[in-house]
Amino acid sequence: MQLSLQGIGKAVGGEMHLADISAELTSGLNVVLGPTGSGKTSLLRLIAGLDRPTAGKLLLDGRDITALGVNLRNAAMVYQQFVNYPSFTVYDNIASPLRQGKSHDAREIDRRVREAAALLHIEPMLDRLPSQLSGGQQQRTAIARAIVKDAELLLLDEPLVNLDYKLREELRAEMRNLFIQRKTIVVYATTEPSEALLLGGSTMVLDQGRVLQFGPTLQTYHHPVSTRVGTIFSDPSMNLLDAKIEGAQLHLSADLAFGLPAHMADLPAGQYRIGVRATHVSLSPNGADAIPALADVDLAEISGSETFLHLRHGPLNFIAQVEGVHPFGLGAQVTVYLNRARLYAFDGGGKLVGAPIIGDIREGSGHGTH
Amino acid sequence: MARIDLVELSHSYRPNPRSRDDYALPKLNMTWKDGGAYALLGPSGCGKTTLLNIISGLIQPSAGKVLFDGQDVTSLQPQQRNIAQVFQFPVIYDTMTVFDNLAFPLRNRGWKRPDIQKRVEEIAEILDLTGDLKNRASGLGADAKQKISMGRGLVRPDVAAILFDEPLTTIDQHLKWTLRRKLKQIHAQLKLSLIYVTHDQVEAMTFAEQVAVMYGGEVVQMGSPQELFEEPAHTFVGFFVGSPGMNLLPCAIEGNEAVIDNIRIPLDPERAQKAAATNSPLKLGIRPEFLGVVKTETTPSGTIGVPTVIESVEDLGNFKIATTRLGTHRLKAKLPETVEITPGPAQLCFPTARTRLYADDRLIAA
Amino acid sequence: MNKIYDNRAWLLVLPVFVTVAFSAVIPMMTVVNYSVQDIFDADNRVWVGTEWFTEVMQDSDLQDALFKQIFFSACVLLTEIPLGIAIALCLPTRSGWASSLSLILLALPLLIPWNVVGTIFQIFGRADIGLAGFLLNAMGINYNYAANSVDAWLTVLVIDIWHWTPLVALLCYAGLRAIPDAFYQAARIDGASAWAVFRYIQLPKLKGVLTIALLLRFMDSFMIYTEPFVLTGGGPGNATTFLSQYLTKLAIGQFDIGPAAAFSIIYFLIVLLFCFLFYTALQNVERSKQG
Repeated sequence: MQLSLQGIGKAVGGEMHLADISAELTSGLNVVLGPTGSGKTSLLRLIAGLDRPTAGKLLLDGRDITALGVNLRNAAMVYQQFVNYPSFTVYDNIASPLRQGKSHDAREIDRRVREAAALLHIEPMLDRLPSQLSGGQQQRTAIARAIVKDAELLLLDEPLVNLDYKLREELRAEMRNLFIQRKTIVVYATTEPSEALLLGGSTMVLDQGRVLQFGPTLQTYHHPVSTRVGTIFSDPSMNLLDAKIEGAQLHLSADLAFGLPAHMADLPAGQYRIGVRATHVSLSPNGADAIPALADVDLAEISGSETFLHLRHGPLNFIAQVEGVHPFGLGAQVTVYLNRARLYAFDGGGKLVGAPIIGDIREGSGHGTH
Repeated sequence: MARIDLVELSHSYRPNPRSRDDYALPKLNMTWKDGGAYALLGPSGCGKTTLLNIISGLIQPSAGKVLFDGQDVTSLQPQQRNIAQVFQFPVIYDTMTVFDNLAFPLRNRGWKRPDIQKRVEEIAEILDLTGDLKNRASGLGADAKQKISMGRGLVRPDVAAILFDEPLTTIDQHLKWTLRRKLKQIHAQLKLSLIYVTHDQVEAMTFAEQVAVMYGGEVVQMGSPQELFEEPAHTFVGFFVGSPGMNLLPCAIEGNEAVIDNIRIPLDPERAQKAAATNSPLKLGIRPEFLGVVKTETTPSGTIGVPTVIESVEDLGNFKIATTRLGTHRLKAKLPETVEITPGPAQLCFPTARTRLYADDRLIAA
Repeated sequence: MNKIYDNRAWLLVLPVFVTVAFSAVIPMMTVVNYSVQDIFDADNRVWVGTEWFTEVMQDSDLQDALFKQIFFSACVLLTEIPLGIAIALCLPTRSGWASSLSLILLALPLLIPWNVVGTIFQIFGRADIGLAGFLLNAMGINYNYAANSVDAWLTVLVIDIWHWTPLVALLCYAGLRAIPDAFYQAARIDGASAWAVFRYIQLPKLKGVLTIALLLRFMDSFMIYTEPFVLTGGGPGNATTFLSQYLTKLAIGQFDIGPAAAFSIIYFLIVLLFCFLFYTALQNVERSKQG
């Protein structure tokens, strides 16, 4: 299946929510990644048919569906809030889309409800009411209801955002396998880069109602076309440092200059913005490309298994992401190593002009098969 | 400032609790040191908010005592306890200016006008609110409102501890960092005891020197972030802290080896012997960060390879997660982004120094 | 722009247009029609312009009724709003049988029709067979709503308070229940007195429902008709003849349809004006706070 968005725009009361969105969405997972207020929900509502675009067309397998209402589109949607029928059991909730419209025989309904419940591991809860379930189970029910009817379009609007941290992690890991082998066009909106990476498929980076980049998720991650994409598609945000290229040397600050890495060798002298992800700033030298820099620690943020060091080196502020748990007091000094081979170069306008050469950026590579 | 002791504390929301299930908090003994930064970490419904409200005095415990510096405060009202609390959603007095909000607790305690003026200005300075003092609090952003909530606690010079109940829930991602940093600075500057409740491991571990992990009303481990990561005292801590959580496999002990579905995994002899001595059900735990996966016959020195099949590899940009099979179980391994690895047969390496054993879900110490 | 136009959409709004036309616009235009003409029968009508308006405005009885009306509405608001808030604060906060029972009891007066309420108090207040009238007189208070105009006026006020304070109380109760617990907890920790809690948390959070209560009670009390009509028919003398009753007398009693129509329009405009003033005043309070 293929959904093509052709110059989609949406203005409400003179305010532009979406502008000139053109993209080809195919069966499988399409992640829409963007910060709060970037227009993700507006886009999902347009695709579902809940709203009409003020410009452009939507074609599903070549058929114009722009004017079709939500009831004629065969779409299913999962929301941030856990939306279930409060007076129906889990079983009836999941069965509800099958009982509307086209009549399925009871045995067929039963088979499909149990199949969907099994996929989402809620079989033991089929007789319960939504109010007797935990948040995670309620959202599983909502997702089961969305997949049970094999809709052509399955839209998920930040479905995990209201779940506890650990439940989110658990459900997220299942999502990928849930959608990977369906003919359905799945559109999944999220603000979190890690979610996009985990889901795989393709990623559309949305900002202020415009598409900044759209392509296979890993390729988008490794080749952000602009500083803005780098910022949005990195957690923590990609470090951006003002720099100068002069005589085959990259000058980051008065006392931090080094030879250009191979992938930047062709760049003319001038002012640049250098992007480096936090994970490529480390505490130990890693090969010939490690560039040492002495920095003050502003704060060490520790997640369960990683430490995020907020660092200052002269006028430069940047974040390092280090494996393991390393306590640091406020104001401690450390030597960190920038991985020269993993620097991105952006021009004055923020456009990517030099990207690291990464082994496998072929579409979908690096992802396992079953 | 005070040291807080919880002695034989238990609480039930039911009038006549009988079984253990009737209790939100079964029985708790704990000490919070003066000037420490603590976090209470746990999933929703684990009793962490109940515990926080007992410390602040908003809830009277069913049994047990709360001591501040050795003095019994169990029956005292919150305003008599010198406690400040910051809630999930910003609580500010809408009709007042920022200054009046900060001055409110002092006015309620009958302070004199010049003293109030001086103290409020001091605290506003610390919180970077000086410029907003004359503005109405209701017009400010969520982060400023949370700072005001905090400030209303900080203005009282006698405040023993500040309690936080998931205070960053409504704050935008990029502001969270500045606010967390502010909290750390205030802690360093004022040496106050801080207790921070959250379900988010990042928040707990960034904020606290000591994290108490709660599970089913019980504190299953109290330790530094590093200890929680390297020596989880309970299988729940292993599962809950870290992303993905610890791999946990039921096992038996034979000699110095763990046996899982007839597969033998070498262990630290000391731990293995202790484990063999117990009758409780045993589990082997290893963090995905420490589990090695190699495609070759040769394994890193000091480890013995266990044959496995890699089912899938997920490239998450900065690292890779390999899902592997061991007998009937699945294990996850976290690998550097630079590692080239594909599904198929491989070897798993369990470094003995990183492999943990749990009896009845509790860690068998070395 | 490929905006989609579909003129059939107009059909969807048509029922609303028709309903509004019959319910509001056509009757309203009839009134306007009568207010600017002197109509004798279908064929004989004279354009009188603003003559009826001038006449009505200069009528001293009407001015008298207007002042009485304003004073009455002011008394209603000044009693019912504080009393309603006070009752709401006294109601049990936890849900359970106690709160359900008090809510039912509180809502009972709201279920009784206006004329029945009038009749109840007409009997209740009688010195010979009514309990209240008997008790008052037994206590040495010479109370007789049929003869004393102050007594009659006060009785109408009491009827309105008895009948409608529960509405204000219920609105405030709903408003109070919507305040998150954290506010009360924070106030306890800040050492706030009960008065400070009321002044700085409850009252500001009730502002929305109070605006609604104020507007509803003003409009209703300003148009009071049934209760004084049932009680004393507007007497004794003109003591309880409020605006709407005056209007009825004018239109039906004396059949002065022209002046009555002109007066209707003035009446309508007065209600509109007051509501607008209340509303903007409250909005301004809010805006000055923001500034």
